Amino acid sequence: MSFNVENYFKDLLTDDVIFSYKGDISSEVINLILDSVEQETEEANDPPRIRKKVYNVLVESLQNLYHHVDKPPEDFKDHDSKKYGMIVVKRNKKGYNITTSNFIAKGKIKNLEEKLDKINMSSAEEIKELYKFILHHQKISPKGGGGLGLVDIARKTGNILHYKFYDYNKHISIFKLSIDISALEKN
Amino acid sequence: MEPIIIEGTPKTPTVHFDSSQGVFKLEGRSIPENSVEFYKPLVDWLDQYKENPLPKTTVEVKLEYFNTSSSKCILDVFKKLEMIHKAKNDVEIKWYYEEDDEDMLEAGEDYESIIRVPFEMIEIVE
Repeated sequence: MSFNVENYFKDLLTDDVIFSYKGDISSEVINLILDSVEQETEEANDPPRIRKKVYNVLVESLQNLYHHVDKPPEDFKDHDSKKYGMIVVKRNKKGYNITTSNFIAKGKIKNLEEKLDKINMSSAEEIKELYKFILHHQKISPKGGGGLGLVDIARKTGNILHYKFYDYNKHISIFKLSIDISALEKN
Repeated sequence: MEPIIIEGTPKTPTVHFDSSQGVFKLEGRSIPENSVEFYKPLVDWLDQYKENPLPKTTVEVKLEYFNTSSSKCILDVFKKLEMIHKAKNDVEIKWYYEEDDEDMLEAGEDYESIIRVPFEMIEIVE
């Protein structure tokens, strides 16, 4: 039996969740999610700098899903969705957490893992330099990003990017990325 | 040259590029999924403008948010300004950031370190 996405998603929904969504990540859905979470952060009366960080990280997370997710497998109930993704936003005493999950072809895992490990092992200064290097030297991909999204998230949050891959079947995994935005900044 | 005047949307900035006036503006949010589509006309416009620029060009960038996909496109805009500056014209980029928005200030400083055009960092105090 393959991995149960419904149960996996349910397990992410702890008491501190302020927003959750699973389904197709279209441009319109991104707008709705951004509006909804922006409203939540405004109502929570967080300092503007935290609200801005949450918004920025949310934009990059959603657009990473929009540009990079792989199609769901045939036996998945929403297999017609071209850009299937899951997002959960939590708010608690420590700050915010944004967790995204999506299907990924197993062939792409090694590359992504190397990228994440490189970011996680870098100091704040190294991440800043890496960001500038990619900005300056890498051509814009047809998708428009050029691989800056994760670096930007790490730079803005100053936190480790927690990730995990779950086997769905022989060819496909679920990629979970969990990003903390601290209420009190370390930088 | 026809000016480029674009009204802002929740995902794209207000643009005011008018070659009859020396102050160009980019303002608001720049978070489209496809930034290239939005910025290409601006870069092309500047490419044309650089053939016959005003003696002084000031570009005011007042962005509340921009995504990483826009960041490369904004660099392309600045590269055109750098060429105008290199051709011995007066060019200045005014980079606005909201009070306490260190991320936006740092983003401006990143560009300043890459692009050889005078930058002025201006804090918007509420």
